[in-house]
Amino acid sequence: MDFDALMLARIQFGFTISFHIIFPAITIGLASYLAVLEGCWLKTGDRVYRDLYHFWLKIFAVNFGMGVVSGLVMAYQFGTNWSYFSDFAGSVTGPLLAYEVLTAFFLEAGFLGVMLFGWSRVGPGLHFFSTVMVALGTLLSATWILASNSWMQTPAGYEIIDGQVVPTDWLAVIFNPSFPYRLVHMGLAAFLVTALMVAASAGWHLLRRNDTPAVRTMLSMAMWMLLFVAPLQAVVGDFHGLNTLKHQPAKIAAIEAHWENHPGRGTPLTLVGWPDMEAETTHFALEVPRLGSLILTHSWDGEIPALKDFPKADRPNATVVFWSFRVMVGLGLLMIALALWAAWERRRGRLYSSRPLLRFALYMGPAGLVAMLAGWFTTEIGRQPWVVYGVMRTADAVSPHGAFEVGLTLVLFIVVYFIVFGAGTVYILRLIRKGPAAFAPAAPVEGGPGETHTPSRPMSAATEGETRAAPVMDQG
Amino acid sequence: MGIDLALLWAIIILFGILMYVIMDGFDLGIGILFPFVPGKEDRDTMMNTVAPVWDGNETWLVLGGAGLLAAFPLAYSVILSAFMLPLIFMLLGLIFRGVAFEFRFKASDARRHWWDKAFICGSVTATFFQGVTLGAYMHGIEVAGRAYAGGPLDWISPFSVFTGLGLLAAYALLGCTWLIFKTEGELHDRMLKLARPLVWTLLGVIAVISIWTPLTHASIAERWFSLPNFFWFAPVPVLVLLAAYYLLRLLPRQPHAGPFVLTLCLIFLGYSGLGISIWPYIIPPAISIWDASGPVQSQGFALVGALLIIPMILIYTAWSYYVFRGKVAVGEGYH
Repeated sequence: MDFDALMLARIQFGFTISFHIIFPAITIGLASYLAVLEGCWLKTGDRVYRDLYHFWLKIFAVNFGMGVVSGLVMAYQFGTNWSYFSDFAGSVTGPLLAYEVLTAFFLEAGFLGVMLFGWSRVGPGLHFFSTVMVALGTLLSATWILASNSWMQTPAGYEIIDGQVVPTDWLAVIFNPSFPYRLVHMGLAAFLVTALMVAASAGWHLLRRNDTPAVRTMLSMAMWMLLFVAPLQAVVGDFHGLNTLKHQPAKIAAIEAHWENHPGRGTPLTLVGWPDMEAETTHFALEVPRLGSLILTHSWDGEIPALKDFPKADRPNATVVFWSFRVMVGLGLLMIALALWAAWERRRGRLYSSRPLLRFALYMGPAGLVAMLAGWFTTEIGRQPWVVYGVMRTADAVSPHGAFEVGLTLVLFIVVYFIVFGAGTVYILRLIRKGPAAFAPAAPVEGGPGETHTPSRPMSAATEGETRAAPVMDQG
Repeated sequence: MGIDLALLWAIIILFGILMYVIMDGFDLGIGILFPFVPGKEDRDTMMNTVAPVWDGNETWLVLGGAGLLAAFPLAYSVILSAFMLPLIFMLLGLIFRGVAFEFRFKASDARRHWWDKAFICGSVTATFFQGVTLGAYMHGIEVAGRAYAGGPLDWISPFSVFTGLGLLAAYALLGCTWLIFKTEGELHDRMLKLARPLVWTLLGVIAVISIWTPLTHASIAERWFSLPNFFWFAPVPVLVLLAAYYLLRLLPRQPHAGPFVLTLCLIFLGYSGLGISIWPYIIPPAISIWDASGPVQSQGFALVGALLIIPMILIYTAWSYYVFRGKVAVGEGYH
């Protein structure tokens, strides 16, 4: 394995997982949102909730399909491209992945059919149960995969015998030091992604004067979610950062571009700058004295390990993680600002009519996804040069392929992903543009519970037309 | 010691792959048969017979991969890196096939044909490369130390291309008989006509593999044709002939579920035959399931989950099929 093939393999993994992570994040948030909507519909009988359920269900279906196929790639890529890692640590990551498949993937898949196509084939209670099971599946899935990912960041509960990882304590493996923080941080991120997407959709319709009760409900629910979760995410992020400082100090040093300590002067916080790995300095640095100490050690002159304390070969790329971290934090602050502004306008009764606010909400639509990806880059690139932190180097994990086959498959992945997921994104945006409509159950001639026929209308959950009885435009 | 964890895990993985072959087999078969059914309404109906279940069907493939990684990490890393290219081609095929379910109904009338093509090409590509991988796997994998030692294109051989084509016939028959089971009217009749040549093709494929593999692999000849093995395994080919005979006899009699059930028997028997040829090697020709076993702690931990949860999965999967039972009629309620 030469350097080029290693780099290509890393790019391939980064590319396929960055694409993949988008879909499950939306799936996690939307599934819970759908469960809440269906619960509200069953409890209140207010048709707005039912209409919203069916509106977002179509988007959920398109997104879910993309998540399934891009996820399948991940399950095999560990073996095709990272065979030494799989052989070395498969004894830990394998059982965790197996539990994810058993408890989450099958649960989602088993109840998804009923959730998407079973509205008029099972009773309301059973349908709601299916939605809840799918939502539960998405959360369980996140739990297992983050246990596995966290173990690679902060390995625990294992021994190395004959060059293989042997798990000795499964509770310690699963509840490894960074797992609880990462799970909560990622779960909240998924909810933020979805809330911002829902809010932006509502903002788009309201800006075009498509002011319906359903659109208003969307915006209202999204902003409540944002108001509670965005500030909470900042607090959780702070705890996660302190946990990283304890277990992966090199990552924090790189994030902060903290090259060396000057005893007695505390740790400054570099707001912006250009960390230079070769010159071991940060160009154009704008620093706030002692703020780093305050944030990271909660003291006036606390020190944190600096990059120069680590051998050059053990340092993550500060140029990348310095900036990816700042993108994430900056967008997080904007999310909090949006939530507070919306709360203020709500008090003034202008939540649905303040055009600057609606425009801000629209622009913030993709912010959740961008922030999540930036955070993901920070934690994963910050783990380098290790694949299992402190235990196995990425360079030792990669399969013995040449640059030709890794390059060929990388090009194929890029072409296929842009065609397929580009088309999917267009379809999702088209669905959003149509907006929520009054739901009329498909002609129940063949569809009722106990009927022997499966409805033969196109069984795409995202079919347009058949669920749209009459547009509810111009009600407001 | 007591429990042979490696043996139990081999059984679970073999069961998972069999479930995948059967269940995604008829999904993929529908894609393979798409070119023979040009009408849009018929194609809608074909897709509708599997739309609620294809995702669950595909999940068995993920279970196969995850189970292999959990219980036999060495086999997972060697087999997957040996077959990197065909497996990635298969995955790309499955991507096009999978998204076509939703995208086909989302596209405008003018663009729909693209997703029809994606569905067809995706299904054919995924099936062909699964078959190629199977053939190359039967042929054996070069290993040095704990890693794959062959070249990136070692999987290409006349035999692997043949098994790729053979699997197309097998999945096409599964899809065809599934549609006989789930549709009525003209589509149903059309599938009845297609079934006969497909049965003969599949029988031909099975015959060729049964002759080809013992001729090229002494160990496989030894496994089948030495005594007393010969008598133990003789029922397999006999049952294949019986199942095919009943299947061909059933076709002119306006059957419904029968041909599908008999095709399942054929597939199961063919699968068993391959298993008999290879057992107990998980990386043919030399590394057995016991050689490739991961730590007991991993196999045991994952086994608890598998044994508790797989029965539950089978129950709610069956329930989902039950909810969508019955014939999918042509053209009803659709404009």
